[in-house]
Amino acid sequence: MAVVDKPFPPGDYDVVVVGSGPGGLQTSYSLRALGVRHAVLSADDEPGGMFRRFPVFERLITWTKPDAPFERGTREYEWYDHNSLLAEEPENRALVPEFMDRSSSMPSRSEMEAGLRAFAERTGLEVRYGCRWEGTRREDDGLVLVTSDGEYRCRAVVFAVGVTEPWKAPIPGVEQALHYTETGEPSRYEGKRVFIVGKRNSGFEVASGLLPWASQLVLASPRPVEYAVLGRSVVRARYLEPLDEYSRGGAGAFVVDVAIERIERTGSGFRILTRGTTWPGELAFEAEQVLVATGFKTPLLDLPALGLATVADGRIPALTPFWESVSVPGVYFAGNASQGSPGLRKQGLASNSTSVNGFRYNAAVLARHLAENRFGMRAERRKLERDEVVPYLLSELARAPELWVQKGYLARVLTFDGEIRDEGIVPLEHFVDEAGPDAVAVAVEMDSKATIYPAVYVRSSGRLLERALPSHPTHAFESEDHRRELESVLAPVSR
Amino acid sequence: MPDGSELVDSLGRLALFADLTRPELEALAHTVDEEVFAEGQRILRKGLSGSGFFVILEGHAAIEVDGERPWTLGPGDFFGEASVLTGEPPSADVVAKSLLRCVIVPGPDLERFLLDRPHLMLRLLREEAQRLRSALEWRS
Repeated sequence: MAVVDKPFPPGDYDVVVVGSGPGGLQTSYSLRALGVRHAVLSADDEPGGMFRRFPVFERLITWTKPDAPFERGTREYEWYDHNSLLAEEPENRALVPEFMDRSSSMPSRSEMEAGLRAFAERTGLEVRYGCRWEGTRREDDGLVLVTSDGEYRCRAVVFAVGVTEPWKAPIPGVEQALHYTETGEPSRYEGKRVFIVGKRNSGFEVASGLLPWASQLVLASPRPVEYAVLGRSVVRARYLEPLDEYSRGGAGAFVVDVAIERIERTGSGFRILTRGTTWPGELAFEAEQVLVATGFKTPLLDLPALGLATVADGRIPALTPFWESVSVPGVYFAGNASQGSPGLRKQGLASNSTSVNGFRYNAAVLARHLAENRFGMRAERRKLERDEVVPYLLSELARAPELWVQKGYLARVLTFDGEIRDEGIVPLEHFVDEAGPDAVAVAVEMDSKATIYPAVYVRSSGRLLERALPSHPTHAFESEDHRRELESVLAPVSR
Repeated sequence: MPDGSELVDSLGRLALFADLTRPELEALAHTVDEEVFAEGQRILRKGLSGSGFFVILEGHAAIEVDGERPWTLGPGDFFGEASVLTGEPPSADVVAKSLLRCVIVPGPDLERFLLDRPHLMLRLLREEAQRLRSALEWRS
């Protein structure tokens, strides 16, 4: 393609978005809907991001149910479709289920990729493909991105580059082992003993995929797998087959809590030396192959040199509640890296920002934040009558997909400042920390026993009051009891 | 011996974790969350339920009661345990006074975390005793 045909030539833009995976596409869609002038750059040749290549065993861990209690294309349906991107036009919503053959409620990688490509095409999102971000510098009050096509000046940049760079835990000898991304065909493990470093989803995904092939599997990492409380388990139930086999006995699969001290080459394979973390003692394993499934890191290039703070051994950028770097103003992250803003972590509950279902909402909230706080725009706020408030908030608590997916993280906010206004979806952490007029935020939360309950935060004369409403076995949060209790909690702001 | 993890190294330098072996520190690094707060960001919120136990790795924070600042915290200091152990929301705000790096044990995990590490619990108890003593002396 001739360079002249490409959109977004080098130059000055208000915002530059880097990446054409789900995070970049959702951010660009949401910025465009608000009228924020921006460029989208991608090193790839087509949309899809990591879903063009991963997961290795070709099936996602987040569900999309082609049929659900709500019609496709409605807002309520989003809860049943954790993989499609968000659009204002009904015909551009819920695209992933269109491509599913229903052999599983979890889309295959190619079905997901097709859904993302259809979203980019049908919404007419423009991306400058084949344009690689190569460096970054600060200039005046903005940022300059150096790319393979030239320089882009902007006031804010949104990196939606995924958490996609293979990362191996720093273990002596680890360089001799394959990374998860290098797993290859399962048939090459036929009859072999395989040692897998890592007991999170990618470790269990590989182990599940190799169960029919390998003669023995060992899954090892320092931290025990916690699955007793399913709703809070990091590892998804569908990957727990190797754990099931281990817990019933035999020597076909072991799931062990160890620090891995060294990986050594032997004549025919490897010896792995480990030390117990939840039990005293040492163990040595022999295996023909070692796979390292310790995850990925965000490709940050030279951003750390600009002062970008990170967590998890440099793998994830440390972000504010609106996904801006805590240390480099103007640098934002969307997509999987938006996990770098963990929110309140009430009772230790993590956000769902590591998957599309959660970060699609983060991107929409971020776009509005940029439009309003950096470019002086103001989205219209719907006004509510007093008697609409309680039914509206209860219906949000019962069904709002943003609140259900991003539990304890995103909230619906109303302000009571003479008039009652709907401020939209806001990071809960931002709401509880900001000063402002009388207001209420509602969020869906989950306690340490995985009980889901509605929570209400009322800011009245500068003071914050928090109240949990009752849980319900079928999540029926619009009962008479809920209505009465919410009325009483709202009394200070709605007199 | 694994030696590349910055977090394991940082934890190993703190007095609270001085009795832990390297594998135990590694397990600890996998158990805790790590977070970096911007200057001015609230970490512990007075009156808000469900928080955790925080240990400062780098930077400084202030305990604020109604806008006053009676106490500054730095690397190795910890906070939030009183709220978690009593099951009551925090009685003060803790606010970052610089870029602040912490490790966090979520509230629901703290009891198990301490019971699994009796030496760490003893060090925590000594520090609590010291704080109680200082508070009593300050009052008298």
